[in-house]
Amino acid sequence: MTTAAATAGERTAKAKPATMAQALGRALRDSMADDPSVHVLGEDVGTLGGVFRITDGLAKEFGDERCTDTPLAEAGILGAAVGMAMYGLRPVVEMQFDAFAYPAFEQLISHVAKMRNRTGGAMPLPITVRVPYGGGIGGVEHHSDSSEAYYMATPGLHVVTPATVGDAYGLLRASIASDDPVVFLEPKRLYWSKADWSPQEPAAVEPIGRAVVRRPGRSATLITYGPSLPVCMEAAEGAVEEGWDLEVVDLRSLVPFDDETVAASVRRTGRAVVVHESTGFGGPGGEIAARITERCFHHLEAPVLRVAGFDIPYPPPMQERHHLPGVDRVLDAVARLQWEASN
Amino acid sequence: MTVQELPGAAAYRPTPPPAWKPLTDPAPLLPDPEPYRVLGTDAVAEADPELLRRLYAELVRGRRYNTQATALTKQGRLAVYPSSTGQEACEIAAALVLEERDWLFPSYRDTLAAVARGLDPVEALTLLRGDRHTGYDPREHRIAPLCTPLATQLPHAVGLAHAARLKGDDVVALAMVGDGGTSEGDFHEALNFAAVWRAPVVFLVQNNGFAISVPLAKQTAAPSLAHKAVGYGMPGRLVDGNDAAAMHQVLSEAVERARAGGGPTLVEAVTYRMDAHTNADDATRYRGDSEVETWRAHDPVRLLERELTGRGLLDDDGIEEERVAAERMAAGLRERMNADPVLDPMDLFTHVYAEQTAQLREQADRLRGELDAEHDQHGTDDGGAAR
Repeated sequence: MTTAAATAGERTAKAKPATMAQALGRALRDSMADDPSVHVLGEDVGTLGGVFRITDGLAKEFGDERCTDTPLAEAGILGAAVGMAMYGLRPVVEMQFDAFAYPAFEQLISHVAKMRNRTGGAMPLPITVRVPYGGGIGGVEHHSDSSEAYYMATPGLHVVTPATVGDAYGLLRASIASDDPVVFLEPKRLYWSKADWSPQEPAAVEPIGRAVVRRPGRSATLITYGPSLPVCMEAAEGAVEEGWDLEVVDLRSLVPFDDETVAASVRRTGRAVVVHESTGFGGPGGEIAARITERCFHHLEAPVLRVAGFDIPYPPPMQERHHLPGVDRVLDAVARLQWEASN
Repeated sequence: MTVQELPGAAAYRPTPPPAWKPLTDPAPLLPDPEPYRVLGTDAVAEADPELLRRLYAELVRGRRYNTQATALTKQGRLAVYPSSTGQEACEIAAALVLEERDWLFPSYRDTLAAVARGLDPVEALTLLRGDRHTGYDPREHRIAPLCTPLATQLPHAVGLAHAARLKGDDVVALAMVGDGGTSEGDFHEALNFAAVWRAPVVFLVQNNGFAISVPLAKQTAAPSLAHKAVGYGMPGRLVDGNDAAAMHQVLSEAVERARAGGGPTLVEAVTYRMDAHTNADDATRYRGDSEVETWRAHDPVRLLERELTGRGLLDDDGIEEERVAAERMAAGLRERMNADPVLDPMDLFTHVYAEQTAQLREQADRLRGELDAEHDQHGTDDGGAAR
C-alpha cells in the first residue's frame, strides 16, 4: 500500500500545476489514509474512479469496502450512509451530477440534516455529500443545475463550495472531518482549472465558515462563490480601465454565512453586487443582499444588485452562454451602481 | 406474433443474448402460499412453553399500553397516538428476537416494539407527546428514532448493518414498515441495497390492511408483499401476524440467518389494525364493522391465551396476574405522563450544529430577550420553562 501510495503521489506531483479535480481526489485519499472510518460510496466511484475521475485510485488503494460502487439509487446511497454514520463511520457520498441528487432530497432534509437535532445531540451524522454542480461544461439537461438555494434553506446542513484548487483540498478535508453533515458543492466547470498547488505539500485545512477577500478594492464589492469567482476576478481586472477598483469576496461557505467579512467589505466600499449562476428569484443572492442591507444600510451608496442566472430552467448547452452571468453582465451591474449620484 | 422465415434467409437462427444467465434461483426465495402459523397447528408442540408464557405476558402488557396511550390522547397528554392494537404480536416478536447488540428501526406506529425492547415508556412517547423529537439516546438502546417519513429508515438499517459487518461485529438490524410503506421508493432501494450487499437486515412488513384509508388491493398488485422479496434476490416469508409464536419463530430464523451471513429476509406479517390510523382518523369511513369483527375473533392476545389455557400452561390466576401487572404498568405510565415536561426554550438552538453559527447565536439572544421580557411582564419564575 505504501509503495502504491508513493507512486500515486509521484504521478500527481509530476502533473504540476495541479487541477481542482486532483486536489479533491487528494483530499479524499488523505482523509481515508488518516482515518479508517472514512468510506467513499456512490455510483461509479470504484472501478471507474467516478465520471469526473475524482475518486480515481481510491478503490485500488483502500479496497472496495472503503470505496464502494453502489446500486444506482441516490436515496439508497445517502440513506445507507446515514446508517453507516449511525454506526460510527464517516461516509463521503458522491451524487455524480447536481440534478441526480434530487431523489436523495428526502433523506437529506428529513434525516441527514435533522438527526443531531431530533436526537437532542446524541446522534450527529458526519456525512459529506459531494455534489458536482453548475453549468458551463456543455452538459445536456439535468447536468448543470445550481441547487445551492435548496440546501441553504435546510437547517442542519453546512453548505460549502470551493472556487480555488487550494480551497478544494482544504475545504473537503475540513468537511470530512466535520461532525456535522456537509453538502460539498463542486463547481464542475472549475474541475480542470489549474493552480500552482503542490499535492506534496497540501494547503492547510481551512475552517468551514470563513469567507476570504480574493482581491482588495475600494470602489465596490463583488460577492461571489464557486464557479463565478473567476468571472468576478476577470471583471475586476476589466473594471480597472473604467477607473473602478473592485473588491472580490469569495464566500466559500454559504452555511454558515460569514456576515462579518461581507459586511466589513461592503462598509469599506459602500457598494455591492452579488454574483452567482443560480436563479435570482428565491436564489442565494436575495438572502445575501438582504443580510447586507440589514447590516450596512447606512454605509450603502447604492442598492445591492444581483447578477444571477435567469429565472428559467437551465437552458440547453447551445444556449447556456446567454444564461450564465459573464464578465460583461457583471460590469454592467457595476455600472448601474449609481456612480453619478455619489462620485 | 409469429416469426416468418423469409425465402433465402433460412441460414439465420436467432440466438439468446450472450450475457444472459439467471443471477439467482427464484424457487427457494418464494413465500409459502399461506401465512405461516404455529398456534392451533402441529408446530405448536415444538414451541417452548416458557417462551409462549413470556409472549403472553408481553402481549397483555402491550395491549394495555396501547389502550392507555390512546386514553392519554383524549386527556390531551399526547398530541397523537397511532395505536398498534391488534398488531401486538408483531411488535413484541420484533423486540424479543433481537440480542442486545442488535438494532431496531421502528416506524411511528412501533412505540410498543421499542418499549418491549426495554425503552422507558415515557421516553418512547416524547415524539407523540410533542416535547422532544426523540426522548432517548438511540445508541444507548440501539433503537433508531421512531421514523415518521415512510420507509426512509429502511436504508438506514441497511447502512448500519453493513457498517457493523465491515467492522466485524455480528450485529443484525431489524427494520419495521407498514404495507403502505412498501410502495415508497426507499423501500425498494433499501431492499435492493441489502440484497446486493448481503447485509444482515430483517425487513418486517406489518400488513395491517390499510395505509390510513387505502386498502391493500389499491396499494399493490403483487401476489403478496412477501413476494416482492424474490425480485431483489432475498427470501420472502409470509406469516400470520396475530400468531405471536409464529412471528417469533419466523423472525428468529430470519435474524439468525442474517447473523450467520445469509443476507436479508423480507417478512410479511398479515395482521389488522383494530383501531383507526390514529386517534385523529375516522375508520368508519373506509371499513365496515363486520370486517373488524372478523378480525376480533383472530385477536393475538386471545389466540395465545386459548392455546396456553388449552394446554394447561395458563389458568385464571395466571391471567389475573398478567392483568394486574399490566394495570400497574399503565398506572405508572399515567402518573408520569400527567406531569408537565420541563422544557428549556433555549434548547431549540443547542443541537442544530456541533457549534452554534453566528446566525443562531443572534437568534438565541433574541429569544432570550423575549423570554426575559415575558418574565418581567408576567412575573413568572419558571425561568422561561414552558410546557
